[in-house]
Amino acid sequence: MISLNINGQEHEVDVDPETPILWVLRDTLGMSGTKFGCGAALCGACTVHLDGEAIRSCSTPVSAVESGKITTIEKTTDGTDRVGAAVHAAWVRHDVAQCGYCQSGQIMSATALLASLSPGAQPTTEEIDSAMAGNICRCGTYARIRAAIADAASTLV
Amino acid sequence: MFPNMDHKELPRALQHIMERGRSTTVQAMPRRGFLKLTGTLGLAVGIFPNLAVAQSSDADEAAASLKPTEQPSAFVQIAPNGEVTVTINRLEFGQGVQTALPMILAEELDADWNLVRSQLGTNDMAYVDPLFGMHLTGGSNTIKNSFTQYRELGARVRAMLLAAAATRWNVDVSTLRTEAGAVLASDDRKLGYGELAEAAMALPVPQKIALKDPEDFRIIGQPTRRLDAQAKSSGQQSFGIDFKLPGQLTAVVARPPVFGAKITSLDDSAARAVKGVKAVLRVPLDRGAEGVAVVADGYWQASQGRDALKVEWDTSAVEKVDSEQQLARYREMGSRPGPRQFDSDMVPLETAPLKLEAEFVFPYLAHAAMEPLNCTVRLSDDRAEIWMGSQSAGPDAAAAATALGLKPEQVVLNVQMSGGGFGRRFSSTYDTVIEACEIAKAAKAAGLNAPIRTLWSREDDMRGGYYRPMHLHRARIGFDNQGNVLAWDHSIVGQSILTGTVFEQFMVKNGIDAATTEGMRNPYPLPMRLTVHHPKVNVPVLWWRSVGSTHTAFVMETLLDDIARATDQDPVAYRMRLFGDQHIRHRDALQLAVDKSGYGNTQLSEGRAWGVAVHESFSSVVAYVVEASVADGQPKLHRVTAGVHCNLAVNPLTVEAQVQGAAIMGLSMCLAGSAITLKDGVVEQSNFSDYTVARITDVPEFDIHIVPSAEPPTGMGEPGLPPLAPAFANAIARLTGKPLRQLPFNLT
Repeated sequence: MISLNINGQEHEVDVDPETPILWVLRDTLGMSGTKFGCGAALCGACTVHLDGEAIRSCSTPVSAVESGKITTIEKTTDGTDRVGAAVHAAWVRHDVAQCGYCQSGQIMSATALLASLSPGAQPTTEEIDSAMAGNICRCGTYARIRAAIADAASTLV
Repeated sequence: MFPNMDHKELPRALQHIMERGRSTTVQAMPRRGFLKLTGTLGLAVGIFPNLAVAQSSDADEAAASLKPTEQPSAFVQIAPNGEVTVTINRLEFGQGVQTALPMILAEELDADWNLVRSQLGTNDMAYVDPLFGMHLTGGSNTIKNSFTQYRELGARVRAMLLAAAATRWNVDVSTLRTEAGAVLASDDRKLGYGELAEAAMALPVPQKIALKDPEDFRIIGQPTRRLDAQAKSSGQQSFGIDFKLPGQLTAVVARPPVFGAKITSLDDSAARAVKGVKAVLRVPLDRGAEGVAVVADGYWQASQGRDALKVEWDTSAVEKVDSEQQLARYREMGSRPGPRQFDSDMVPLETAPLKLEAEFVFPYLAHAAMEPLNCTVRLSDDRAEIWMGSQSAGPDAAAAATALGLKPEQVVLNVQMSGGGFGRRFSSTYDTVIEACEIAKAAKAAGLNAPIRTLWSREDDMRGGYYRPMHLHRARIGFDNQGNVLAWDHSIVGQSILTGTVFEQFMVKNGIDAATTEGMRNPYPLPMRLTVHHPKVNVPVLWWRSVGSTHTAFVMETLLDDIARATDQDPVAYRMRLFGDQHIRHRDALQLAVDKSGYGNTQLSEGRAWGVAVHESFSSVVAYVVEASVADGQPKLHRVTAGVHCNLAVNPLTVEAQVQGAAIMGLSMCLAGSAITLKDGVVEQSNFSDYTVARITDVPEFDIHIVPSAEPPTGMGEPGLPPLAPAFANAIARLTGKPLRQLPFNLT
């Protein structure tokens, strides 16, 4: 059995320790907000936070996160996280999503970026692009992603 | 996502249907009962409910004469709390019809937009495209073909609600009005739609209804946020891949390395030993191939099981494509005579004062939608239920029925929200659904009584074929010093997409596939001779967002720029001259982009150049004026100004999103690594590490403008794609002096 702390809750799961955390979330725990895109840390659709840092859950074995705290899109956008709530609201305000499949990962990367900034700091376009470069959106919502992140940052001041 | 269907290209029967669909009021043939009622009342059925009820047998007959696509009960549910749920007759995979169709219906219904919801449909006949008569999400057709349909549905339900209120209050219906989800009487008494719905939906459906004057629209035309914006910004939106039934298992498939190959030997002992693996099944695959499905509790176990398989493949009976040899073969074919599409009178090329020769090469392209292909099947003895993101629910369900040995009516396909698709979710051979059914069937035969989700890995998806075909274009053009084209001898070599599909009979003529040539010449009045060759190649091909225009727009718009440059003409003025007075929408779109971009009035910063292109596809016109530069040998797109003509823009916020998205997909085609190539029959790319798609760091600034229009709307899912790459290429050519002749760009 492997012990996991996900969104503040303890879980015991009986899986192969090499199983990527993505599949524990999706198949074992039934949390489908985190998406499967590439299975190789290339597209960012599976992004979750490990102790506040954005990681690719499709390529991180569950055994490597036993001691850490995992946060997923379900928790980040439930209104209890100040930065997550601001990002979620900006995403809706800017009507960012098209197909929406990559947006969980986009929001998790954006939230990690904004949470890493000093209070009141506004990210530059270069900082936004650099933080979001690992997240593919095949629909091409990038212009609205940029605008939503800048807007979310301004509401956090 | 599907080829342009020119109205004139369709057979007479389909033309008739299309003409009908273009009218703005119902023109159904009056039947006996209808005539009787209208003869008595001189008014439409349903407006006077008491009489309609009294003559219910006549009214029922009138309602029965409505087609399934016209029946409100299949499309609208109104809950007691007033929530209006609109069923979508299409797949929603990003293009926004899940919001636009409810907007159209809610407009005529006079619904309270805050209470409008939407849901996806099934393979029920109510959800066919009302003009094509088949389930189809493609060709940027949804808004174009269902605009009148959804208006009429809304108007019918409104009439029924009015009738129910008139009965409830015992007043003449003409004294009533509707507003934001309620019926109001002349004394301002008010009944919410939720209070009236049950009685209203039990009433006969009016056959003839009046539609609003577009000047009275209050929802259509308003920039409106997507109905799924909240769910898609919080991980709450369920996609096909997320659908889960109790006890559901997951299958992954070991597919042969070469399309169509079979199994020589299989050792599955290690795979069966993987914890969680329930079955290893040999299954027939697409194109006569064989594969091995590993069924397990979850994807990871199934995938581990697949990795443990020892399979030897027999590739001896199938062609093993090599991209380099294929190009050489295409070059040889391109120099031969063949069937011609245009055969204009041309002066002999040799006599033209100026000449231009060009060869273009376009690679295979993968759709690479973010949600990998998947399909869930639950089988019982006399029934199959399927959940998948399908652009063609009816044909997919029919193919499933055939594969399962069931009757079509024994299969229900529940359309699931999809993470992109771009054409890949309408497989012309129904490969995705058939494969999932074969697996479910084999699993059942092996004693596994569980619903099974077949899930493709990214590598499976990228190597699984159904690409935008590779193409070679050759042009020999003669023109004069004013840029007047005197002769344009052109050839295209590329696989036919439509041959062998349901569209072959009216889209492939004289051996020429309209999906290959769409976008050529149009709208320019050029003397062109176009020769087309369709080689047979062992690589499955498919429509891919904007289809033929993915390559023809590039060829046309870069060559015209070359001619303008060679004759010292401004590329905008040159195009405007060619458009003449005939192509007003092209002119308006281009002029809007020019005006808003500052083209001709603004000095660009050092190292940047303007690029221009305009193209019509799927009945909409998009013009781009872009700014680009070259840094360290790499082309860079900085700014895109768009002029868009899609007639009435139902949801301008979605139109803007579709233009941005299509432009970025067009930009992807230009980037190094955006190509599928084959070596010894094997696809060389496998994931986003070796198949490039645009990332945020590639993305320019956008400024998108829509030409105002009240004409019936045309689609916008695809038309933003074709002109992007040529506009970008034209800017780069102005910087380097060297035209670009292939995608992805090669500046060496």
